[in-house]
Amino acid sequence: MSNSAVPGQLTRRSAVAAGLATLAAPAVLRAAPSTIRLGLIHPVSGALAFSGNQCRLGATIAIDDINGAGGVAAMGGAKIEPLLGDAQGRPEIAASLVDQMAEQGASAFVGCFASALGLAATQAAAKYNIPFSIDSGIVDSLTTRGLANVYRLFPNASSVTADSLLALDMINKKAGSPAKSCAIVHEDSAFGTQTAQQLAGLLPKIGIEVKALIPHATPTRDFTNIVLRIKQEKPDLVMISNYQNEYVALARTLVQQRVELVGTWSVAGGGFNLKFAKEQPGVAEGMLDFNHWYAPKNPKAVAFRKRVEEAGQTMTWEVLFGYFAVKLLGDAWQRAGSAGKEETIAALASSTFADHFMPYGPTKFTNGQNSGAHAVALQIQKGDMEVVWPEEFASAAAVFPRAKL
Amino acid sequence: MPGFEIVAASLAGGVLTGGVYALAALGLTLIYGVLHIVNFAHGALLMVAMYGAWFLATWLGVDPLVALPVVTPVMFVLGWGLYRWVIGPVSRGEDRAILLATLGVSVVLENLALVLFRGDTRSIETALSYQMLELGPLLLPLSKVISAGVAMVLAASLWAFIAMTSTGQAIRAVAREPTGARLVGIRPQRMFALAYGIGIASLGAAGCLLLPSFYVSPTVGENFVLVAFTIVVLGGMGSFPGALLGGVIVGVAESLGGLFLGESLGPISISLTFIAILLLRPQGLFGRPGEAGR
Repeated sequence: MSNSAVPGQLTRRSAVAAGLATLAAPAVLRAAPSTIRLGLIHPVSGALAFSGNQCRLGATIAIDDINGAGGVAAMGGAKIEPLLGDAQGRPEIAASLVDQMAEQGASAFVGCFASALGLAATQAAAKYNIPFSIDSGIVDSLTTRGLANVYRLFPNASSVTADSLLALDMINKKAGSPAKSCAIVHEDSAFGTQTAQQLAGLLPKIGIEVKALIPHATPTRDFTNIVLRIKQEKPDLVMISNYQNEYVALARTLVQQRVELVGTWSVAGGGFNLKFAKEQPGVAEGMLDFNHWYAPKNPKAVAFRKRVEEAGQTMTWEVLFGYFAVKLLGDAWQRAGSAGKEETIAALASSTFADHFMPYGPTKFTNGQNSGAHAVALQIQKGDMEVVWPEEFASAAAVFPRAKL
Repeated sequence: MPGFEIVAASLAGGVLTGGVYALAALGLTLIYGVLHIVNFAHGALLMVAMYGAWFLATWLGVDPLVALPVVTPVMFVLGWGLYRWVIGPVSRGEDRAILLATLGVSVVLENLALVLFRGDTRSIETALSYQMLELGPLLLPLSKVISAGVAMVLAASLWAFIAMTSTGQAIRAVAREPTGARLVGIRPQRMFALAYGIGIASLGAAGCLLLPSFYVSPTVGENFVLVAFTIVVLGGMGSFPGALLGGVIVGVAESLGGLFLGESLGPISISLTFIAILLLRPQGLFGRPGEAGR
């Protein structure tokens, strides 16, 4: 074996030089502003890819905004460096991404669009006590398991369902209570079933009789049977709780089979978005949904939507959630003057983050859940989405009963 | 208990949906009948055809029915080219390798679509989207009536092409006895590419007919390909009338199953019908005895 140095081979001299360089490194690092590593965990491939990508889009816009404005000022202009992870719609992958990113020095996490992914990832992050800002993921248990590192700026399932009935009741009564009965169509996994059962329990209390509770699988290719059954029951309202493709297929079949309705009302309707309004104007017009959206009268919100659309992207609530989940952390780092775990968690717990354009009151976290967060009632009117409830944020009055199709 | 009108509507709906399924199954059964392989790229190629029709509708304002005569030959060229330059050379005539090659093609196509179009689903509204054919109390979507009609015409033409033309005879010869066919001057690889191209061309028609009533996404093929496989086996592998009848049986089983068992449990009726028919006729409805085990 030869002792002569060849390129790429470690020699005694180069080892000493490397050692000296390592010793000198902290001085160099202290001179430059540090970076904060932020793990973004979303399902950007697989069945949830669209929504996952939308969340990621919002998060990266927020990182660009913070970095573009000079980074986190209280930390000497520290820039945020995103670590991107694809959870592929599988909880075990979401959890293992947390481990990998913790190894890479992640100071906090944002994720994971779906509740099931969020449950696994937040639990994994709790092992390291790394702060986790939930972007989307609606189930209550994300913040009720006693994990001190988890914070959600956005509303949970219980508040969305309860608020949705409050909104429906007010809109219905204002129109002279034309809706007295309904059929509930829901997808048959946890999300749709739980929402449907909650609705079925609460609707009679606002004077709406539940005539049928109709589950369906995901995917369901044809909704003719379900719509024929609805036609036979003659309800005033059809209430929907399912995912994107089935939502659109059901809406379309209701029109095709000429079902006479006072209206349709969905809770977190999977397919209710601007794309649906544009692609299927004949079906979408007048449909109502209780969902997340921005405060439409806020000029910052209008400018943000314009910016997203001018970049060739679709504006959806997931973009808003990704955006503000990161901004919430940015605000915490700024107030804490540090991205340390304990400091960030303490800053989140006392957060009064108000630099947003969501239709929320002041941010106040109770056990990690922002108690001021609320969803709004939305209606598709003339190809756009309008907020129709609550009145303080409304951009249009509800058309109820919907116009004849 | 559902009333008579609902049962009748469900039955009619099932027949029409079966017609749409048959469209996806026809190409699959042709490819199996000639190449004796299950084309795993079938779903992905259906997705390509649907994106083609979607692109023409959205960007150029061409109705999918008008686009059909364009998309179908383009899909033929794509299928023929895929076999000629990818599947054929990669497989070197080995059945197992052909399977893997088609699987590889599907993985590449689906991920390419994911990169180009993201995971988003897209749908269109056409003049036909809400046109209904009124048959007494029944309201039948016109787009599905047309799809079922085209499926029948397509099945008849494919059958006539294979049974009555000299090219069809050559394809049959290659399917039965490649060595013998080569001895009489037929080039098997050409016939395989031709059959694969025709099988994929029928997906072009299927894509255009599906788009007015269904959405398109990179994984849309999965919705149809499993049903199409079921239909091909049920109808008898390689049989066009079998694919048509199999499609209708599966469509009706699914529709009535959904009506009587509920939409969550309904799809089980496809599997039950499938098992019952194969117990009685292992070779499928129109299959030749011994075909199933080949």
